[in-house]
Amino acid sequence: MSVLVNKNSKVIVQGFTGNEGTYHATQMIEYGTQVVGGVTPGKGGQKHLDKPVFNTVKEAVDQTGADVSIIFVPPAFAADAIMEAAEAGIKVIVCITEGIPTKDMIQVKEYISDRDCRLIGPNCPGIITADEAKIGIMPGFIFKKGRVGVVSKSGTLTYEAVDQVVKAGLGITTAIGIGGDPIIGTPTKEAVELLMNDPETDGIIMIGEIGGGMEAEAARWIKAHGTKPVVGFIAGQTAPPGRRMGHAGAIVGGADDTAAAKMKIMSECGIRVVASPAEIGVAMAEELKKAGK
Amino acid sequence: MNIHEYQGKEILKSFGVRVQEGIVAETPAQAVEAAKKMKTDYNSDWVVVKAQIHAGGRGKGGGVKLAKNLDEVKEKSEQIIGMQLVTPQTGPEGKLVSKVLIAQDVYYPGESETKEFYMSVLLDRAKGRNIIMYSTEGGMDIEEVAEHTPHLIFKEEIDPKVGLQAFQARKIAFNLGLSGDAFKDMCKFVAALYKAYESTDSSMFEINPVLKTSDNKILAVDAKVNLDDNALYRHADYAAMRDESEEDPTEVEAGKSNLNYVKLDGNVGCMVNGAGLAMATMDIIKLAGGDPANFLDVGGTANAETVNAGFNIILKDPNVKAILINIFGGIVRCDRVAQGVIDAYKEIGNIPVPIIVRLQGTNASEAKKLIDESGLQVYSAIQLKEAADLVTKVLAS
Repeated sequence: MSVLVNKNSKVIVQGFTGNEGTYHATQMIEYGTQVVGGVTPGKGGQKHLDKPVFNTVKEAVDQTGADVSIIFVPPAFAADAIMEAAEAGIKVIVCITEGIPTKDMIQVKEYISDRDCRLIGPNCPGIITADEAKIGIMPGFIFKKGRVGVVSKSGTLTYEAVDQVVKAGLGITTAIGIGGDPIIGTPTKEAVELLMNDPETDGIIMIGEIGGGMEAEAARWIKAHGTKPVVGFIAGQTAPPGRRMGHAGAIVGGADDTAAAKMKIMSECGIRVVASPAEIGVAMAEELKKAGK
Repeated sequence: MNIHEYQGKEILKSFGVRVQEGIVAETPAQAVEAAKKMKTDYNSDWVVVKAQIHAGGRGKGGGVKLAKNLDEVKEKSEQIIGMQLVTPQTGPEGKLVSKVLIAQDVYYPGESETKEFYMSVLLDRAKGRNIIMYSTEGGMDIEEVAEHTPHLIFKEEIDPKVGLQAFQARKIAFNLGLSGDAFKDMCKFVAALYKAYESTDSSMFEINPVLKTSDNKILAVDAKVNLDDNALYRHADYAAMRDESEEDPTEVEAGKSNLNYVKLDGNVGCMVNGAGLAMATMDIIKLAGGDPANFLDVGGTANAETVNAGFNIILKDPNVKAILINIFGGIVRCDRVAQGVIDAYKEIGNIPVPIIVRLQGTNASEAKKLIDESGLQVYSAIQLKEAADLVTKVLAS
């Protein structure tokens, strides 16, 4: 067991022959991920990194049995790529692309809402199940196998947390980078829920940041349904208010928006909240010990 | 991207949204000419002189004034153009006003009372859909309305499959208590406003106030328009509306080097790869007894060139007493970043503040060795905790 992806996942790369796609596909293959091919419209029939290139996701799925896709196409074409993957029957779609217009993502969210697929991202580092499959851009070598799951909005802060977990003598089941955009496919709560239901995961690290109400939603869910220790950190305790969000947006988000408000709600819901990002790993080790794991 | 009121109104007007008309002026003489034209074109005897800066609350700071004749237009625009306008949103230093909008008087007396409303269009992040938020309480600070009379704020969610429907526009007009011609005009106003929002790839429209005139017309008296930066590539005409003089000059310069920089008020500068880790680094500076002087994300490629540009930007801030560089090397190799720091240091010459470099990840120990053996006044760390302790130590000495 593991969450979302494992050694049996058959992965295609959309934007396979581009610079980013080529570089990260190579890294993913080296990690042991089963990359079965890629899609670059107009280059169908060619071989790239010894794998077949297809014109459409549909062809790739029909001929390789792919069930996971990772997207490296430029922002102007990324929404289209996500919808193409969903239409072709891909079950887990990981979109790395940063900078997709919000209007496009509103349409994507609507388009995939009644299709049998899960979108991770966009603007995320991807997903990794330690020692099994890396569908993302993270440095694979830091993810030692273990029993801690990670959910995070950001890339390098995830690596920081994972590194601390490993230094504390623990390891990782699956790390899910959910992405930092206003509209993402899998919110914090759903990612936490996946890990909570995973028998191989004993504890969960939840890393959020200022803006939006996803962490509060996840915290309330954990209070009602949580069965495992959760350690939380919110980045941006010192971020000035109003620099990124218009004040009308802050009203819709309610009082859950600031780091302090989110940390308070998370604590009240039984999450071990750390103020310092340097304490994430140690706190997880302590909580697991308390839980007898 | 924020734009000025007059630019926002130009955009709204192009989509058929009725606005309070006006002409931009950069000198008192131009202001007087503009006022004359407001008389001939719109029969507006009085005009409003409105400072054009990227901040709300302009009226409170004396940036919006009524002028009842041409002498007053000259006098009031002399006062406003060139002033350092301080509003609740500008900070204590205020913002230099270089343009005013000479706007028509829309509060003229007539058959019925004028009435002000509030309306905004924005994304509801949790639902992933746009909403129209509106209130009968226009012309005042909407945050106060939300706090004291939340039942007077209404929200209408837009289904992305079909867009805004006529019944929704009617619902809004009914909830605002309108009838007759004003009701019909509000329906048209709402439809045009939403079309403008969608077509321009905006992140937020805030129209406060929306006015019902004494002759039952609905129009936008103000326009706060925020465009989605990610979509500017398909709107070159709007991208050209950017006014760099409204932004912090250091932030503009950082943007040109592809660095994401936000200036803050603290004493410890920082340079980090990744936005989340950058925010976390600011937090750790605070916990270590300092205050972050900036947010700076150097992105995925932390090489000698970006480190050099980062140093130059941070060092422009005279409040900076120490610099913390925090890089988690994944795909980026730490020894390369360390070499970049050393090269940048040597190129810039004497950096007058202590530097703490924390490099973790790929080749971290090689990187620490390079820094330690460089002979430069640079403290090195591998663990985040060590870096925090070094910040405390450096600030104490």
